[in-house]
Amino acid sequence: MTKRYLDYLDQLEAEAIHIMREVAGQFEKPALLFSGGKDSITLVRLAEKAFRPGKFPFPLVHIDTGHNFPEAIRYRDELAERLGEKLIVRHVEDTILRKNLSEPKGRYASRNALQTHTLLETIEEFGFDACIGGARRDEEKARAKERIFSVRDEFGQWDPKRQRPELWNTFNGRISKGENVRVFPISNWTELDVWNYIKREEIALPNIYYTHERECLVRDGKLMAWSDFIYQEPDDEVVTRQVRFRTVGDMTCTAAVESIAHDIDGVIAEILESKISERGATRIDDKLSETAMEDRKKGGYF
Amino acid sequence: MDILRFITAGNVDDGKSTLIGRLLYDTKQIFADQLEAIESSGRVNEDGQVDLSLLTDGLKAEREQGITIDVAYKYFSTEKRKFIIADAPGHIQYTRNMVTGASNSNLSIILVDARKGVQEQTRRHSIISSLLGIPHLVICINKMDLVGYDEQVYNQIVEDYKQFARKLQAKDVTFIPVSALKGDNIVEGSELTMPWYQGPSLLEHLEQVPVSQDFNLDDSRFPVQYVIRPLTAEHQDYRGYAGKVISGTYKAGDKVTVQPSGQMTTVKFVELGGKELEEAFAPMSVVLQLEDEVDISRGDVIVKAADGLEAAQEFEAEICWMHNKALKPGAKLLLRHNSTETRCVVRHIEYKIDINTLDHLEDVDQVQLNDICRVQIKTASPLLLDKYADNRSNGGFILVDETSFATVGAGMVAEIEY
Repeated sequence: MTKRYLDYLDQLEAEAIHIMREVAGQFEKPALLFSGGKDSITLVRLAEKAFRPGKFPFPLVHIDTGHNFPEAIRYRDELAERLGEKLIVRHVEDTILRKNLSEPKGRYASRNALQTHTLLETIEEFGFDACIGGARRDEEKARAKERIFSVRDEFGQWDPKRQRPELWNTFNGRISKGENVRVFPISNWTELDVWNYIKREEIALPNIYYTHERECLVRDGKLMAWSDFIYQEPDDEVVTRQVRFRTVGDMTCTAAVESIAHDIDGVIAEILESKISERGATRIDDKLSETAMEDRKKGGYF
Repeated sequence: MDILRFITAGNVDDGKSTLIGRLLYDTKQIFADQLEAIESSGRVNEDGQVDLSLLTDGLKAEREQGITIDVAYKYFSTEKRKFIIADAPGHIQYTRNMVTGASNSNLSIILVDARKGVQEQTRRHSIISSLLGIPHLVICINKMDLVGYDEQVYNQIVEDYKQFARKLQAKDVTFIPVSALKGDNIVEGSELTMPWYQGPSLLEHLEQVPVSQDFNLDDSRFPVQYVIRPLTAEHQDYRGYAGKVISGTYKAGDKVTVQPSGQMTTVKFVELGGKELEEAFAPMSVVLQLEDEVDISRGDVIVKAADGLEAAQEFEAEICWMHNKALKPGAKLLLRHNSTETRCVVRHIEYKIDINTLDHLEDVDQVQLNDICRVQIKTASPLLLDKYADNRSNGGFILVDETSFATVGAGMVAEIEY
């Protein structure tokens, strides 16, 4: 008899595919939230595995802050084109103009928080009842307690005390009108698992995930990509460094790390040696308070 | 490298959070910024060391009250395995959270305070682990440093536990004397403090406990989640049945029955992501193509002809009630079992299980939050169930409120009436 043994990446993949198919089976208008980052790129590969040779039962949706890395945007468009899948893009800029929202100002100015407005508007516009996202439980302590099927009320709010118990592999996607569900198929993956999967699947990533020379602003010990969008104080130092991005999000709140990794093996080796967590190394927004993530999620953030 | 999912249930007093913190810390899974965040909170234990329990209590309310309320998931890996920890609260008023965490675990770590021995909480956690069919139990006799690392104390607790465990259906029970605070027998051994102990440290045990046979590979069950029909020129007649092999194995040429209709056909092709697989086995997610055009939709189960599975509408189950509003006989609910949903009625409450003693309490007229009861259920449409004890992945179900859609209960099939 052959030994039936499933490697851990295969187990994680099987679980994520099962979750995606439950979304397809339980919801009428699902969407996959795509950011151009490695986690959502991984979700797209998992969707191919779950539904090919059929089409995806959901469009890819990107909430564009207007401050994204051009490399990530180009990658997004090429990917949607190559896959022949529908891509919906909604711009935070439009929400700001339409709703007359005030643009955050000052040293930590970022449109990251305004994304929530545009996301909720987009959910309403298309009537999405489920949004698949690439959040992982290892990222942050509030995320460690989030369900795989996370029910949000009509304001997109997460109520940690009202979460549904989630047992076995049975997911309760029943919702009332106006509510929607955020679904996290790679909840149980770590940063390293994602990289190992990208390696195994030979997935091409935007080149900013690998080392390159870049002008950066040094802020609170972190390297922020220099761009027109970033707030600069007179004494801010601009330096040129060999960097890569560990997380690719809005340019104003994701920092670069110094790196010489020019391929996946190099990145994996650096992660194994890293002493700082992914969000700790790269996120400005989490540092603002002890419960920054918990508070944002309660407000409808991813 | 494979995955071990385990649960740790307990209160702050047991040193549960310290134990998890120690596992993460000693396997170098804690990042400097996370440690810094704890250090800056200023909480240290009596030795002046960083309070490792702060690593696991995530929500504001939990940190404020110094307790674990919800299940938190933690991850670490060694060269041998990836570990997924379901960190669950231990108090009786959070039984539902422990049940939730236990449902997906292959192993349960139960902490016993060496100064107190086997307590009500030890029994309760063991009973819940056993009811949820967790195949491996590890009894960590903790705080050995506070009893002078005394072998006699350890042996007495092991004896007491074995005495109690006779009434459990635990297949594999391991005892380890530890001090989570000092790190004895967590990652490293205890040659200096407990030379009398010859067994593995907790981590060594977690790395080597065999889990691959925990998947049921005998009874083939493939609940269809989604039908793939591209209807493109290239795939004009393609029909693929997407789902997860929740138990058993499938390969091309297998004679299968589609339940509940009973239609017979043969597996033509097993694939994933366009690649042919020689064989699919639990817990793989795959696509099956069949020889004949049969009418199959989501919720149907494809079963090998030799592995019978019959539809039933009446059965008995143990349920854990998870809602503030009590359950009374006659209550109508939604029942979700794998990819199927149907209405059901709870016809009768047979008895309540005292989860501290396993005793049966008869004449129960309602089921309260956190109660575990044996009930009779009748469903509106037929279900393809196994007994939970025979097949954990096809014997569990959840109960959902018909109006709020909250998940209000979890059930394990005990007896089926055909």
